[in-house]
Amino acid sequence: MKVLVIGCGRVGSSIALELQREGWDVVVVDENEDALSRLGDHWPGSFLVGHGMDVDLLRDAGIEDADAVVVATDGDNTNIVIGQVAQKRFDIQCVVVRVLDPARARFYAARGLSTVCPTSVAIETLIDAVRACEIPSAKAAG
Amino acid sequence: MYVIVAGGGKVGANVARSLLRLGHELTLIEQRADRFDRLEDEFEHQVQRGDATELYVLERAGIARPPDIVLALTGDDEDNMVICQIAKEKYDVPKVIARVNDPRNQAHFDLLGISPTVCATARIMALVEHEVPEHDLIHLLELHRENLEIVEVEIDRDSPSAGKRVEGLALPEGARLISVMRNGKAEIAVGATTLEAGDQVLAILEPGKEDELRRVLLRS
Repeated sequence: MKVLVIGCGRVGSSIALELQREGWDVVVVDENEDALSRLGDHWPGSFLVGHGMDVDLLRDAGIEDADAVVVATDGDNTNIVIGQVAQKRFDIQCVVVRVLDPARARFYAARGLSTVCPTSVAIETLIDAVRACEIPSAKAAG
Repeated sequence: MYVIVAGGGKVGANVARSLLRLGHELTLIEQRADRFDRLEDEFEHQVQRGDATELYVLERAGIARPPDIVLALTGDDEDNMVICQIAKEKYDVPKVIARVNDPRNQAHFDLLGISPTVCATARIMALVEHEVPEHDLIHLLELHRENLEIVEVEIDRDSPSAGKRVEGLALPEGARLISVMRNGKAEIAVGATTLEAGDQVLAILEPGKEDELRRVLLRS
């Protein structure tokens, strides 16, 4: 199975490494050549330098026979557009897009784009963490 | 008319100024602090600071009314696409117009159904092509209201379309052949028309489809 990971920051690089360990054929795309270093010294997958909005680059990266595309650059709108291009133009069934803004993540999720919003996840986790704290009852009452 | 203008750079600010002069009501949205400060001196309450791709910023600017037109004129194509999608699909804004900064992104705007679009680079190139007679694709007419243009190309021996029937050509979506001129005589181009070297072909197309049309007709 082949996956394109677009954006090789902390998130993209970790996804690429994990999927590669699980046996995926992984192609990573990032604008910045230095991002390759995030994949360690012996990255066995492919790495292409360029912008994910560039259709020729996506073709070079092999999007046409990819089973999945993960879009995780640092720009919400860039991710949203690349995700839709992968879905609508290249007909990729499994497209996962990182969107930090919860409002935009919800809007595009409702339109059929599989968005993941780390901000929403963080908010829920933090609230749960507060709830899980054991507050002495006297203090809680005060 | 009520208009939201996203992006207060040179294009956005000049458009806003022109609309105000015509007596329209508008809100201009600018994200950058330095630009916003300058714009505020001129536009006062009619400019708001924020990221126009954030829903609450658009709502503060009155997108839920909804406005008659949203103009997405930022210097970032992805932002302009998202602004137009949110305006049209979430708030039922009847008309959006988007600025295309990088002509290579035109295909993405088309894919997402964002129209009309305006690309200064493509317009300038169209005018340059018009001035260069030996150029392989000549712009004859711009139909602004329809957002269409009519161009002429001459088929040569090496063209991939020479010897092919019109119905067998993989013409880009948004482009059609109108007529074929051969030996001084023009005929309407139909599916069964076969193109030959030396033919002068008129085509109607959406601006920005020139390269795709050129690929199909003139070189593969």
